[in-house]
Amino acid sequence: MEAEIYIQLFLSFFKIGLFGFGGGYAIISLIQHEIEVHGWMTQSEFTDIIAISQMTPGPIGINSATYVGYTASGTVLGSIIATFAIVLPSFLIMLTLVRFFFALQGNKYLEWAFLGLRPAVIGLIGAAAILLMNRDNFIDYKSFIIFLLAFLLSFTGKFHPILLILMAGVAGFVIY
Amino acid sequence: MTEDKRKLPKKKLNHSDSGEKSGSRLYWQMFMTFVRIGSFTIGGGYAMIPLIQKEVVENKKWMDAREFIDMLAMAQSAPGVIAINTAIFIGYKMKGLKGSLVTTLGSALPSFIIILAVAMVFTNFRDNVVVEKIFRGIRPAVVALIAAPLYKMARSAGVTWKTVFIPILAVLLIWLAGVSPIWIVLAAIAGGIIYGALHARNLSKSI
Repeated sequence: MEAEIYIQLFLSFFKIGLFGFGGGYAIISLIQHEIEVHGWMTQSEFTDIIAISQMTPGPIGINSATYVGYTASGTVLGSIIATFAIVLPSFLIMLTLVRFFFALQGNKYLEWAFLGLRPAVIGLIGAAAILLMNRDNFIDYKSFIIFLLAFLLSFTGKFHPILLILMAGVAGFVIY
Repeated sequence: MTEDKRKLPKKKLNHSDSGEKSGSRLYWQMFMTFVRIGSFTIGGGYAMIPLIQKEVVENKKWMDAREFIDMLAMAQSAPGVIAINTAIFIGYKMKGLKGSLVTTLGSALPSFIIILAVAMVFTNFRDNVVVEKIFRGIRPAVVALIAAPLYKMARSAGVTWKTVFIPILAVLLIWLAGVSPIWIVLAAIAGGIIYGALHARNLSKSI
Protein backbone atom coordinates (compact mmCIF):
# COMPACT_ATOMS: atom_id res chain seq x y z
CA MET A 1 0.00 0.00 0.00
CA GLU A 2 2.94 2.32 0.65
CA ALA A 3 4.30 1.75 -2.81
CA GLU A 4 0.92 2.59 -4.31
CA ILE A 5 1.16 6.31 -3.57
CA TYR A 6 4.58 6.46 -5.23
CA ILE A 7 3.29 4.74 -8.35
CA GLN A 8 0.30 7.10 -8.46
CA LEU A 9 2.55 10.13 -8.03
CA PHE A 10 4.85 8.91 -10.78
CA LEU A 11 2.04 8.20 -13.24
CA SER A 12 0.20 11.47 -12.53
CA PHE A 13 3.21 13.71 -12.92
CA PHE A 14 4.48 11.76 -15.91
CA LYS A 15 1.12 12.45 -17.59
CA ILE A 16 1.32 16.11 -16.58
CA GLY A 17 4.79 16.40 -18.11
CA LEU A 18 3.75 14.54 -21.25
CA PHE A 19 0.56 16.47 -22.03
CA GLY A 20 1.40 19.81 -20.42
CA PHE A 21 1.59 21.96 -23.53
CA GLY A 22 1.89 25.71 -23.16
CA GLY A 23 3.98 25.75 -19.98
CA GLY A 24 3.35 27.61 -16.71
CA TYR A 25 -0.30 28.40 -16.15
CA ALA A 26 -1.51 25.82 -18.68
CA ILE A 27 0.13 23.05 -16.63
CA ILE A 28 -1.84 24.22 -13.57
CA SER A 29 -4.99 22.84 -15.15
CA LEU A 30 -3.49 19.35 -15.49
CA ILE A 31 -2.07 19.32 -11.97
CA GLN A 32 -5.42 20.54 -10.62
CA HIS A 33 -7.19 17.64 -12.30
CA GLU A 34 -4.80 15.00 -10.94
CA ILE A 35 -4.98 16.45 -7.42
CA GLU A 36 -8.75 16.34 -7.50
CA VAL A 37 -8.97 12.81 -8.89
CA HIS A 38 -6.62 11.47 -6.21
CA GLY A 39 -7.84 13.76 -3.42
CA TRP A 40 -4.27 14.76 -2.58
CA MET A 41 -5.14 18.23 -1.29
CA THR A 42 -7.86 20.86 -1.22
CA GLN A 43 -8.19 23.50 -3.94
CA SER A 44 -7.23 26.24 -1.48
CA GLU A 45 -4.10 24.34 -0.51
CA PHE A 46 -3.27 24.10 -4.21
CA THR A 47 -3.90 27.85 -4.59
CA ASP A 48 -1.41 28.42 -1.78
CA ILE A 49 1.17 26.39 -3.69
CA ILE A 50 0.67 28.57 -6.76
CA ALA A 51 1.18 31.66 -4.59
CA ILE A 52 4.32 30.16 -3.05
CA SER A 53 5.55 29.20 -6.53
CA GLN A 54 5.24 32.79 -7.64
CA MET A 55 7.31 33.97 -4.71
CA THR A 56 10.05 31.33 -4.87
CA PRO A 57 12.52 30.57 -7.65
CA GLY A 58 11.85 28.06 -10.35
CA PRO A 59 9.11 26.90 -12.70
CA ILE A 60 5.60 26.33 -11.38
CA GLY A 61 5.55 22.74 -12.70
CA ILE A 62 8.64 21.75 -10.72
CA ASN A 63 7.45 23.59 -7.62
CA SER A 64 4.04 21.90 -7.69
CA ALA A 65 5.53 18.46 -8.32
CA THR A 66 7.91 18.81 -5.37
CA TYR A 67 5.23 20.17 -3.05
CA VAL A 68 2.46 17.74 -3.98
CA GLY A 69 4.91 14.84 -3.93
CA TYR A 70 5.89 15.69 -0.39
CA THR A 71 2.44 16.39 1.04
CA ALA A 72 0.70 13.48 -0.72
CA SER A 73 3.23 10.89 0.48
CA GLY A 74 4.64 12.63 3.55
CA THR A 75 8.14 11.69 2.44
CA VAL A 76 11.05 13.31 0.61
CA LEU A 77 11.08 10.27 -1.68
CA GLY A 78 7.57 11.23 -2.83
CA SER A 79 8.71 14.68 -3.87
CA ILE A 80 11.75 13.25 -5.66
CA ILE A 81 9.56 10.79 -7.59
CA ALA A 82 7.00 13.44 -8.58
CA THR A 83 9.68 15.91 -9.68
CA PHE A 84 11.54 13.20 -11.62
CA ALA A 85 8.29 12.11 -13.25
CA ILE A 86 7.34 15.56 -14.53
CA VAL A 87 10.82 16.05 -16.04
CA LEU A 88 11.14 12.59 -17.64
CA PRO A 89 8.78 13.18 -20.61
CA SER A 90 10.57 16.48 -21.35
CA PHE A 91 13.78 14.53 -21.50
CA LEU A 92 12.48 11.88 -23.85
CA ILE A 93 10.71 14.38 -26.11
CA MET A 94 13.46 17.00 -26.27
CA LEU A 95 16.15 14.43 -27.00
CA THR A 96 13.99 13.06 -29.81
CA LEU A 97 13.21 16.54 -31.14
CA VAL A 98 16.89 17.47 -31.22
CA ARG A 99 17.57 14.58 -33.61
CA PHE A 100 14.75 15.54 -35.95
CA PHE A 101 14.90 19.27 -35.41
CA PHE A 102 15.45 20.22 -39.03
CA ALA A 103 13.13 17.57 -40.40
CA LEU A 104 10.39 18.85 -38.11
CA GLN A 105 10.89 22.52 -38.79
CA GLY A 106 7.98 23.57 -40.97
CA ASN A 107 6.40 20.13 -40.80
CA LYS A 108 2.79 20.65 -41.82
CA TYR A 109 1.26 18.15 -39.40
CA LEU A 110 3.04 19.84 -36.52
CA GLU A 111 1.81 23.24 -37.69
CA TRP A 112 -1.74 21.95 -38.03
CA ALA A 113 -1.65 20.41 -34.56
CA PHE A 114 -0.81 23.83 -33.17
CA LEU A 115 -3.79 25.37 -34.95
CA GLY A 116 -5.86 23.43 -32.42
CA LEU A 117 -3.43 23.46 -29.50
CA ARG A 118 -2.87 27.22 -29.24
CA PRO A 119 -6.52 28.16 -28.64
CA ALA A 120 -7.09 25.06 -26.48
CA VAL A 121 -4.27 26.03 -24.13
CA ILE A 122 -6.07 29.34 -23.50
CA GLY A 123 -9.08 27.26 -22.51
CA LEU A 124 -6.98 25.19 -20.09
CA ILE A 125 -5.81 28.32 -18.32
CA GLY A 126 -9.34 29.74 -18.26
CA ALA A 127 -10.65 26.51 -16.74
CA ALA A 128 -7.90 26.55 -14.11
CA ALA A 129 -8.92 30.08 -13.11
CA ILE A 130 -12.63 29.25 -12.98
CA LEU A 131 -12.08 26.09 -10.93
CA LEU A 132 -10.05 28.12 -8.44
CA MET A 133 -12.97 30.54 -8.02
CA ASN A 134 -14.57 28.34 -5.42
CA ARG A 135 -15.93 28.63 -1.90
CA ASP A 136 -12.55 27.78 -0.38
CA ASN A 137 -10.77 30.69 -2.06
CA PHE A 138 -13.67 33.16 -2.18
CA ILE A 139 -15.04 33.11 1.33
CA ASP A 140 -16.93 36.42 1.31
CA TYR A 141 -17.45 39.71 -0.55
CA LYS A 142 -14.00 40.92 0.53
CA SER A 143 -12.45 38.10 -1.50
CA PHE A 144 -14.19 39.43 -4.60
CA ILE A 145 -12.93 42.94 -3.93
CA ILE A 146 -9.36 41.63 -3.64
CA PHE A 147 -9.86 39.61 -6.81
CA LEU A 148 -11.16 42.60 -8.78
CA LEU A 149 -8.40 44.93 -7.58
CA ALA A 150 -5.69 42.36 -8.26
CA PHE A 151 -7.21 41.62 -11.67
CA LEU A 152 -7.23 45.29 -12.66
CA LEU A 153 -3.72 45.96 -11.36
CA SER A 154 -2.40 42.83 -13.03
CA PHE A 155 -4.19 43.66 -16.29
CA THR A 156 -2.35 46.97 -16.58
CA GLY A 157 0.86 44.96 -16.48
CA LYS A 158 2.57 47.51 -14.30
CA PHE A 159 2.64 45.45 -11.13
CA HIS A 160 4.94 42.50 -10.64
CA PRO A 161 3.05 39.37 -9.53
CA ILE A 162 5.17 39.13 -6.36
CA LEU A 163 4.23 42.67 -5.41
CA LEU A 164 0.55 41.91 -5.97
CA ILE A 165 0.73 38.76 -3.84
CA LEU A 166 2.49 40.66 -1.05
CA MET A 167 -0.11 43.45 -1.20
CA ALA A 168 -2.94 40.90 -1.09
CA GLY A 169 -1.27 39.20 1.86
CA VAL A 170 -1.08 42.45 3.78
CA ALA A 171 -4.71 43.19 2.87
CA GLY A 172 -5.73 39.76 4.14
CA PHE A 173 -3.92 40.26 7.41
CA VAL A 174 -5.58 43.65 7.95
CA ILE A 175 -9.19 42.86 6.96
CA TYR A 176 -9.63 39.29 8.30
CA MET B 1 23.61 35.74 -45.80
CA THR B 2 20.65 34.39 -43.94
CA GLU B 3 21.21 31.13 -45.80
CA ASP B 4 24.64 30.78 -44.23
CA LYS B 5 23.35 31.51 -40.79
CA ARG B 6 20.62 28.96 -41.19
CA LYS B 7 23.08 26.27 -42.05
CA LEU B 8 25.42 27.02 -39.20
CA PRO B 9 23.53 25.43 -36.32
CA LYS B 10 23.06 22.23 -38.31
CA LYS B 11 26.68 21.30 -37.86
CA LYS B 12 26.79 22.49 -34.31
CA LEU B 13 23.67 20.65 -33.32
CA ASN B 14 25.49 17.45 -32.55
CA HIS B 15 27.40 18.04 -29.40
CA SER B 16 31.01 18.99 -29.98
CA ASP B 17 33.90 17.11 -28.46
CA SER B 18 36.15 20.14 -28.51
CA GLY B 19 36.17 20.61 -24.78
CA GLU B 20 37.10 17.02 -23.98
CA LYS B 21 40.28 17.96 -22.11
CA SER B 22 38.59 20.27 -19.67
CA GLY B 23 35.59 17.91 -19.51
CA SER B 24 34.78 17.74 -15.83
CA ARG B 25 35.42 21.44 -15.35
CA LEU B 26 32.93 22.24 -18.12
CA TYR B 27 30.32 19.96 -16.58
CA TRP B 28 30.78 21.76 -13.27
CA GLN B 29 30.47 25.13 -15.02
CA MET B 30 27.29 24.04 -16.78
CA PHE B 31 25.86 22.72 -13.54
CA MET B 32 26.64 25.86 -11.56
CA THR B 33 25.37 28.17 -14.30
CA PHE B 34 21.99 26.45 -14.25
CA VAL B 35 21.94 26.30 -10.46
CA ARG B 36 22.41 30.07 -10.51
CA ILE B 37 19.66 30.50 -13.12
CA GLY B 38 17.36 28.26 -11.10
CA SER B 39 18.11 30.09 -7.86
CA PHE B 40 17.51 33.66 -8.91
CA THR B 41 14.50 33.56 -11.18
CA ILE B 42 11.55 34.19 -8.95
CA GLY B 43 8.12 33.98 -10.52
CA GLY B 44 8.06 30.89 -12.66
CA GLY B 45 9.60 29.48 -15.77
CA TYR B 46 9.16 32.43 -18.10
CA ALA B 47 11.30 34.57 -15.81
CA MET B 48 14.12 32.09 -16.39
CA ILE B 49 14.31 32.47 -20.18
CA PRO B 50 15.96 35.94 -20.35
CA LEU B 51 18.48 34.89 -17.71
CA ILE B 52 19.29 31.67 -19.57
CA GLN B 53 19.84 33.72 -22.71
CA LYS B 54 22.10 36.17 -20.91
CA GLU B 55 24.21 33.43 -19.32
CA VAL B 56 24.38 30.98 -22.20
CA VAL B 57 24.54 33.33 -25.18
CA GLU B 58 26.16 36.52 -23.88
CA ASN B 59 28.32 35.53 -20.92
CA LYS B 60 29.41 31.95 -21.62
CA LYS B 61 28.94 32.06 -25.43
CA TRP B 62 27.85 28.42 -25.47
CA MET B 63 25.52 29.08 -28.40
CA ASP B 64 24.71 31.99 -30.70
CA ALA B 65 21.58 34.11 -30.53
CA ARG B 66 19.95 32.58 -33.59
CA GLU B 67 20.43 29.07 -32.31
CA PHE B 68 18.95 30.14 -29.01
CA ILE B 69 15.81 31.52 -30.66
CA ASP B 70 15.29 28.35 -32.72
CA MET B 71 15.82 26.24 -29.65
CA LEU B 72 13.40 28.32 -27.62
CA ALA B 73 10.68 27.83 -30.22
CA MET B 74 11.19 24.10 -29.92
CA ALA B 75 11.27 24.15 -26.11
CA GLN B 76 7.99 26.08 -26.08
CA SER B 77 6.18 23.83 -28.51
CA ALA B 78 7.21 20.66 -26.68
CA PRO B 79 5.13 19.65 -23.66
CA GLY B 80 6.46 20.00 -20.14
CA VAL B 81 8.21 22.69 -18.17
CA ILE B 82 9.66 25.14 -20.71
CA ALA B 83 12.69 26.17 -18.66
CA ILE B 84 13.57 22.50 -18.19
CA ASN B 85 13.13 21.82 -21.91
CA THR B 86 15.53 24.68 -22.59
CA ALA B 87 18.08 23.35 -20.12
CA ILE B 88 17.85 19.86 -21.64
CA PHE B 89 18.51 21.20 -25.13
CA ILE B 90 21.48 23.37 -24.13
CA GLY B 91 23.02 20.54 -22.12
CA TYR B 92 22.56 18.09 -24.98
CA LYS B 93 23.99 20.48 -27.52
CA MET B 94 27.11 20.94 -25.42
CA LYS B 95 27.81 17.50 -24.00
CA GLY B 96 25.20 15.07 -25.21
CA LEU B 97 23.04 13.04 -22.84
CA LYS B 98 25.37 13.55 -19.87
CA GLY B 99 25.35 17.30 -20.49
CA SER B 100 21.57 17.44 -20.54
CA LEU B 101 21.41 15.50 -17.27
CA VAL B 102 23.77 18.02 -15.68
CA THR B 103 21.87 21.11 -16.84
CA THR B 104 18.46 19.63 -15.94
CA LEU B 105 19.61 18.69 -12.47
CA GLY B 106 21.18 22.12 -12.01
CA SER B 107 18.07 24.04 -13.03
CA ALA B 108 15.62 21.92 -11.03
CA LEU B 109 17.66 21.52 -7.85
CA PRO B 110 17.26 25.02 -6.31
CA SER B 111 13.46 25.08 -6.62
CA PHE B 112 13.29 21.48 -5.43
CA ILE B 113 15.24 22.23 -2.26
CA ILE B 114 13.44 25.50 -1.54
CA ILE B 115 9.94 24.09 -2.09
CA LEU B 116 10.73 20.98 -0.09
CA ALA B 117 11.80 23.19 2.80
CA VAL B 118 8.66 25.30 2.41
CA ALA B 119 6.45 22.20 2.26
CA MET B 120 8.01 20.82 5.45
CA VAL B 121 7.57 24.09 7.33
CA PHE B 122 4.34 25.35 5.81
CA THR B 123 2.32 22.23 6.61
CA ASN B 124 2.95 23.01 10.30
CA PHE B 125 2.10 26.70 10.01
CA ARG B 126 -0.94 26.48 7.78
CA ASP B 127 -3.34 26.47 10.71
CA ASN B 128 -1.64 29.45 12.32
CA VAL B 129 -4.12 32.32 12.60
CA VAL B 130 -1.82 34.96 11.11
CA VAL B 131 -0.77 32.74 8.20
CA GLU B 132 -4.40 31.86 7.51
CA LYS B 133 -5.36 35.56 7.43
CA ILE B 134 -2.57 36.38 5.02
CA PHE B 135 -3.48 33.53 2.68
CA ARG B 136 -7.18 34.44 2.75
CA GLY B 137 -6.07 37.67 1.11
CA ILE B 138 -3.62 36.01 -1.25
CA ARG B 139 -5.90 33.29 -2.70
CA PRO B 140 -8.29 35.52 -4.67
CA ALA B 141 -5.29 37.51 -5.93
CA VAL B 142 -3.67 34.33 -7.27
CA VAL B 143 -6.83 33.55 -9.22
CA ALA B 144 -6.69 37.08 -10.63
CA LEU B 145 -3.05 36.57 -11.64
CA ILE B 146 -4.03 33.52 -13.67
CA ALA B 147 -7.12 35.13 -15.21
CA ALA B 148 -5.72 38.58 -16.04
CA PRO B 149 -3.27 37.63 -18.84
CA LEU B 150 -5.89 35.49 -20.65
CA TYR B 151 -7.06 38.20 -23.01
CA LYS B 152 -3.58 39.14 -24.15
CA MET B 153 -2.57 35.50 -24.38
CA ALA B 154 -5.63 34.71 -26.49
CA ARG B 155 -4.72 37.50 -28.87
CA SER B 156 -1.11 36.42 -29.21
CA ALA B 157 -2.27 32.83 -29.71
CA GLY B 158 -4.23 34.11 -32.70
CA VAL B 159 -7.68 33.35 -31.29
CA THR B 160 -10.36 35.03 -33.44
CA TRP B 161 -14.17 35.12 -33.39
CA LYS B 162 -14.08 32.02 -35.56
CA THR B 163 -11.85 30.06 -33.18
CA VAL B 164 -12.96 31.43 -29.83
CA PHE B 165 -15.33 28.46 -29.48
CA ILE B 166 -12.28 26.23 -28.91
CA PRO B 167 -11.14 27.76 -25.59
CA ILE B 168 -14.76 28.24 -24.51
CA LEU B 169 -15.60 24.61 -25.23
CA ALA B 170 -12.42 23.53 -23.41
CA VAL B 171 -13.38 25.58 -20.35
CA LEU B 172 -16.93 24.19 -20.27
CA LEU B 173 -15.80 20.59 -20.68
CA ILE B 174 -13.19 20.84 -17.92
CA TRP B 175 -15.27 23.01 -15.59
CA LEU B 176 -18.76 21.53 -15.90
CA ALA B 177 -18.16 18.03 -17.21
CA GLY B 178 -14.94 17.34 -15.29
CA VAL B 179 -13.16 16.21 -18.46
CA SER B 180 -9.42 15.67 -18.01
CA PRO B 181 -7.35 18.43 -19.67
CA ILE B 182 -5.37 15.60 -21.31
CA TRP B 183 -8.40 14.77 -23.48
CA ILE B 184 -8.68 18.43 -24.42
CA VAL B 185 -5.03 18.45 -25.51
CA LEU B 186 -5.46 15.26 -27.56
CA ALA B 187 -8.69 16.50 -29.13
CA ALA B 188 -7.07 19.83 -30.00
CA ILE B 189 -4.16 18.08 -31.73
CA ALA B 190 -6.51 15.78 -33.66
CA GLY B 191 -8.87 18.64 -34.52
CA GLY B 192 -6.02 20.84 -35.71
CA ILE B 193 -4.63 18.13 -37.98
CA ILE B 194 -8.05 17.25 -39.41
CA TYR B 195 -8.81 20.91 -40.05
CA GLY B 196 -5.38 21.41 -41.60
CA ALA B 197 -5.78 18.43 -43.90
CA LEU B 198 -9.22 19.55 -45.05
CA HIS B 199 -8.20 23.14 -45.67
CA ALA B 200 -4.64 22.49 -46.78
CA ARG B 201 -4.93 24.60 -49.92
CA ASN B 202 -6.44 27.67 -48.29
CA LEU B 203 -4.00 27.45 -45.43
CA SER B 204 -0.90 27.34 -47.58
CA LYS B 205 -2.14 30.51 -49.26
CA SER B 206 -2.67 32.36 -46.01
CA ILE B 207 0.49 31.26 -44.16
